[in-house]
Amino acid sequence: MEEKSLHIVIVGHVDHGKSTLVGRLFFDTGSLPPEKLEEIKKTCEAMGKELEFAYVMDNLEEEREKGITIDIAHTFFMTQKRRYVIIDAPGHKEFLKNMISGTSQAEAALLLVDISRGIQEQTLRHCHILSLLGIKQVAVLVNKMDLVDYSEASFREVDSGIRKVLSSLNIKPAYVVPISASKGENVAKRTEKLSWYNGPSVLQALDSFETLSIEDKGLRFPVQDIYSFDGEEVAVGRVEAGSLKKGQEVFVLPQKRRSKVVEIRKFLADGITEAPTGDCVGILIEGAGLKRGQILTDEVKSDITDTIRANIFWMVDKDYKLGIPVTFKCATQEVKGRIEKIHRRFDPASVEIVENNASIIKPAEIAEVDIKLDSPVTVDKFSDVPELGRFVLEHAGFPVAGGIII
Amino acid sequence: MDHLSILENKSIFIIREAYYRFRNIAMLWSVGKDSTTLLWLVRKAFFGKVPFPVIHIDTTYKFPEMYRFRDEYAKKWGLDLIVGRNEGQVAAGMGPKKGSKLDCCNELKTNALKQVIEKNGFKALLLGIRRDEHGIRAKERVFSPRDGNFKWNYEDQPAELWDQYKSTAEEDNHFRIHPILHMTELDIWNYIRRENIPISELYFSKEGKRFRSIGCLPCCGPVESKASNIDEIIHELETTHTSERAGRAQDKEDAYTMQKLRSLGYM
Repeated sequence: MEEKSLHIVIVGHVDHGKSTLVGRLFFDTGSLPPEKLEEIKKTCEAMGKELEFAYVMDNLEEEREKGITIDIAHTFFMTQKRRYVIIDAPGHKEFLKNMISGTSQAEAALLLVDISRGIQEQTLRHCHILSLLGIKQVAVLVNKMDLVDYSEASFREVDSGIRKVLSSLNIKPAYVVPISASKGENVAKRTEKLSWYNGPSVLQALDSFETLSIEDKGLRFPVQDIYSFDGEEVAVGRVEAGSLKKGQEVFVLPQKRRSKVVEIRKFLADGITEAPTGDCVGILIEGAGLKRGQILTDEVKSDITDTIRANIFWMVDKDYKLGIPVTFKCATQEVKGRIEKIHRRFDPASVEIVENNASIIKPAEIAEVDIKLDSPVTVDKFSDVPELGRFVLEHAGFPVAGGIII
Repeated sequence: MDHLSILENKSIFIIREAYYRFRNIAMLWSVGKDSTTLLWLVRKAFFGKVPFPVIHIDTTYKFPEMYRFRDEYAKKWGLDLIVGRNEGQVAAGMGPKKGSKLDCCNELKTNALKQVIEKNGFKALLLGIRRDEHGIRAKERVFSPRDGNFKWNYEDQPAELWDQYKSTAEEDNHFRIHPILHMTELDIWNYIRRENIPISELYFSKEGKRFRSIGCLPCCGPVESKASNIDEIIHELETTHTSERAGRAQDKEDAYTMQKLRSLGYM
């Protein structure tokens, strides 16, 4: 079995069957504990409903009463090939911040489209979010095929429509799969009813995805905190890119001060000579002390700047007006600032640009902006080093937007 | 990097992030396998030290084995242990037989915890809950804000992306921090085996039964099992289909008891 779990987010418009799909996948692969099934049966009986597979994921009373998903749920699932973390995202525009929270943790996505409804508002919005967050592995599931009697012609129509949308956003879907989540057709196994279809089932499509490999990049080690428990200063942090070696010459950014890694430290481990990407370690370095927010690198390739050009997505239900203060949070850096210029803003659920040189950003819109910070930070382009090329904006202690540095 | 190291690093990052943001922090230790694993991770995050208090919420109904285990490791690991008890309700005879289980959990656990937080002014608590334990816990954030009434506003949780956790806002009373939310029951046991973490004897089979999840004696049932060591437990979990909390009474009263308990501030 592969070491790394694959994180998959399930997205798509309201009622296109996201939670039902996950419930069905669990049921058909025998991954559902019997008491959980009992609990769902009992609840459905009390509500006078047929067995509702969506309740595997929709566990809040409000979600079941209203028949909607409010917040993301993570579940765990295993095949012969690997472990999966399945993140079921809500489809409503009002819960967009939850959908984005889920998508930000994913390496691949399943996009559901209801064959009887076609591409709708949140389908488009979610496609944009996938593209912006750099999710390249996408399979489209054309759901509710039972409603059109498993018709190939109806499927072809939706298939070409969604491929067009995705291709305009530079996403090439790995597969477009006809399914019926509620009937379990083509979910865990292929079905006779779709004999004209030669591609994989949902389960086979999942197993064909790849976990993202760690690329060989230059070192990025953001300092997280400083501990001085025994009178000795240890800087802790996580290696976000590249690797950190004992004895290595480093630059401390944004000051560009030169230093050297004297020791790498972990509890119950002696003689560490190298820390790979993703490792949380303590370090001792030569010279003056470190502080949170500084970034150790092997070369000065990152941008050191107080102006950030980025695409941001606005996640809360209040407008942003030029001049409102925000806090910029990128890796362990945290600096106050404000959006200085809104080059353009648009509603990803429609196709037209809403406004150039705007003075506000409205809920659920995407905008290309310049952010002016009170002091310089160390950043990279998202396409070069994602870990230092993505950020969150906060206002009054609340995350209000996510952003990608371009 | 292997699966368990990926999970461990994620937890350590969260623990350090919480400690940076809130120096006035504590962790909850129920003495069960999850919070004992969390305690182990805290020791790893701070190079063998636990730089904040460890709270044990004592309903007075815990297994004798749990009290023994607690005292032994509190001493061995040099913990600053706070025992939180809702003395008023204990004296008044609150128990699972008096009133509903929801009332009992709420008084002896949630309100006992409230009293400890108020008395010590903690701004954040580390908790060892996991997403795969219960459908409601599957909805949790890593940093989960609570207001002055301890309410969990599960209908409007803050966005959480790229390991950027919500800063404190005016209405936030304290934060619940969940460093092992991403681990499954099987991950926990594999990690316990790899790290050789000491664990309560209640988890190991005696006379054909063992506890899979431990809490208060009257509300915990053992499961049929011959697994008497960690390898056998892992083998059992890889083949079983019953859920972990099958023996926990407070989840079962009605479908939404756990949701109600948690919205009131239960762990």
